[in-house]
Amino acid sequence: MSATNAFPQISARRRRTDKVMRASLFAATMIALIPLILIIYYLIHKGLSAWTQSGFFTTDPTGSFFGSPGGIRSAILGSLEIVALATLISIPTGIGVALYLTEYGKQSWFANTVRYFVDVMTGVPSIMMGLFIYIVLVIGRVGGSGFAAWKGSVALWLLMLPIVIRSSEVVLLLVPSSLREAALALGAPRWRVVFRVVLPTAASGLVTGSLLAIARGMGETAPLLFTVSTAFTLTFSLNQQMNTMPFLIYTDITSPRAEIQTIAWGTALTLVVIVLILNLLARFIASRSRMA
Amino acid sequence: MIPPDTTSKEQSDMSTAGGLPSEPPQAPPQASKAASAEKTGHAVKLKNLNAYYGGQHAIKSVTIDFPPNEVTALIGPSGSGKSTVVRCINRMHEEIPGARAEGSVTLDELDIYDPNVDVTAVRRLIGMVFQKPNPFPTMSIFDNVAAGLRLTGTKSSDLKELVHRSLVSVGLWDEVKDRLNEPGIGLSGGQQQRLCIARTVAIEPEVILMDEPASALDPISTLKIEELVDELKERYTIVIVTHNMQQAARVANSTVFMLEGEVIEHDETNKIFTNPNDERTERYVTGKFG
Repeated sequence: MSATNAFPQISARRRRTDKVMRASLFAATMIALIPLILIIYYLIHKGLSAWTQSGFFTTDPTGSFFGSPGGIRSAILGSLEIVALATLISIPTGIGVALYLTEYGKQSWFANTVRYFVDVMTGVPSIMMGLFIYIVLVIGRVGGSGFAAWKGSVALWLLMLPIVIRSSEVVLLLVPSSLREAALALGAPRWRVVFRVVLPTAASGLVTGSLLAIARGMGETAPLLFTVSTAFTLTFSLNQQMNTMPFLIYTDITSPRAEIQTIAWGTALTLVVIVLILNLLARFIASRSRMA
Repeated sequence: MIPPDTTSKEQSDMSTAGGLPSEPPQAPPQASKAASAEKTGHAVKLKNLNAYYGGQHAIKSVTIDFPPNEVTALIGPSGSGKSTVVRCINRMHEEIPGARAEGSVTLDELDIYDPNVDVTAVRRLIGMVFQKPNPFPTMSIFDNVAAGLRLTGTKSSDLKELVHRSLVSVGLWDEVKDRLNEPGIGLSGGQQQRLCIARTVAIEPEVILMDEPASALDPISTLKIEELVDELKERYTIVIVTHNMQQAARVANSTVFMLEGEVIEHDETNKIFTNPNDERTERYVTGKFG
């Protein structure tokens, strides 16, 4: 007992301050949660009724104001296609830049300049990417057509690239330098160290970062607005206008007809679920990481 | 240190170990081939070696001869430049930003600092074992040992036999032979360090540098590493950095005492520990400072 008495007692004022601060932090958390929960509730509430319509996932939008609005098949496939192409170019280039920064450039002025511009690019509004591609590729009808799906992929590439670079660089820096030294001390050339030691060790983290970038690209509307435009019918030709989920939401929600608005909600729910699945996949892969 | 005797001893060791039920026909000839290559160590000579980290002069005109097939220990207080000297021998100092070395390092007649010399070739000939065990976490035990060959793009006619031989030579074979496909980081610290030595031995270098190889290990693992060093010197020239003076006394033929980037004394280990010429060496080995 004497030992505990030796410690000074916590004053009533400190207890009070502690309570007030805890309560206000809790309140702030709740305030932040309310819109999140409302969005998800509203999406499910409005979107599920669209999901249950027959042919929602299997038919294309009709595009006509009257009659059946049709399903959203072409939007889902279009989005997946455009994002897939964007992923195909942004992951290798992004990881490549990150590898340059961590393995070769290190703290040189050039590497630091690149890092600075990558940071700036992360903050550039996505509509700028769309406008840029519009000016460079769409107006000049590069490839024989004005608006085209592949131009949307290029815009998304610009958007995803800095995200991939930044997340990959962080993960590559986590690879212990002792492993690089171990490999170099065996007489391995640097490129083999990169491909056989650094990349495999960082693999799960690289996948996680890339999936998050894909999820981000999936939901973007603005870069597609000026590059892909839109079409209702299903097409697999990347040199044509294509339907996409964000764009379909954008056009349908502004329609005065309630049935078409419902389609927009259903599309939004679909988009959120796809992004959610990508995020869960990223978490799952990260949790299986073997990196010490 | 009587060559014929040690050779026959090693030969019998290797053939016993190689005489596995699965591969009796080819194992003994392979093993005797390894044993017949006795005394393959090579001399390393440092001459007026200076090393700098940015503006800091870390190594000052160091001249050391490392004789073949001997263990040379580098001792000295922290920051005396022992690790830097070792790194300069296989040019691993080039991996540290801002570090540079001047002077001459030769392996037999080969000038290691010659601009025409390929750094990867230097490191293949001069292997290195680090303070902390660093097996590759994504690779199995087998792949860790084979890593040196795969990372250097070397084709091996019999990879299995080479991995087997390397693991036998570090005394790890019996402990891991049933789980060669399990990850290397699943082993204990001492086993991991022996795995790293096996990985170095597998590329058949001429010199092995060890930078405090046992300082992160328990006493029993340390003892095993020391016994291993004693065996390895039959085939390699070994340079070992250590903080542990008993370790230097146990494993080294000769010992170099370093202080503030300079070599204070280099002599027979026995002499350094019992009757050193320099007063500073005596104060260090008797624990008066450092």
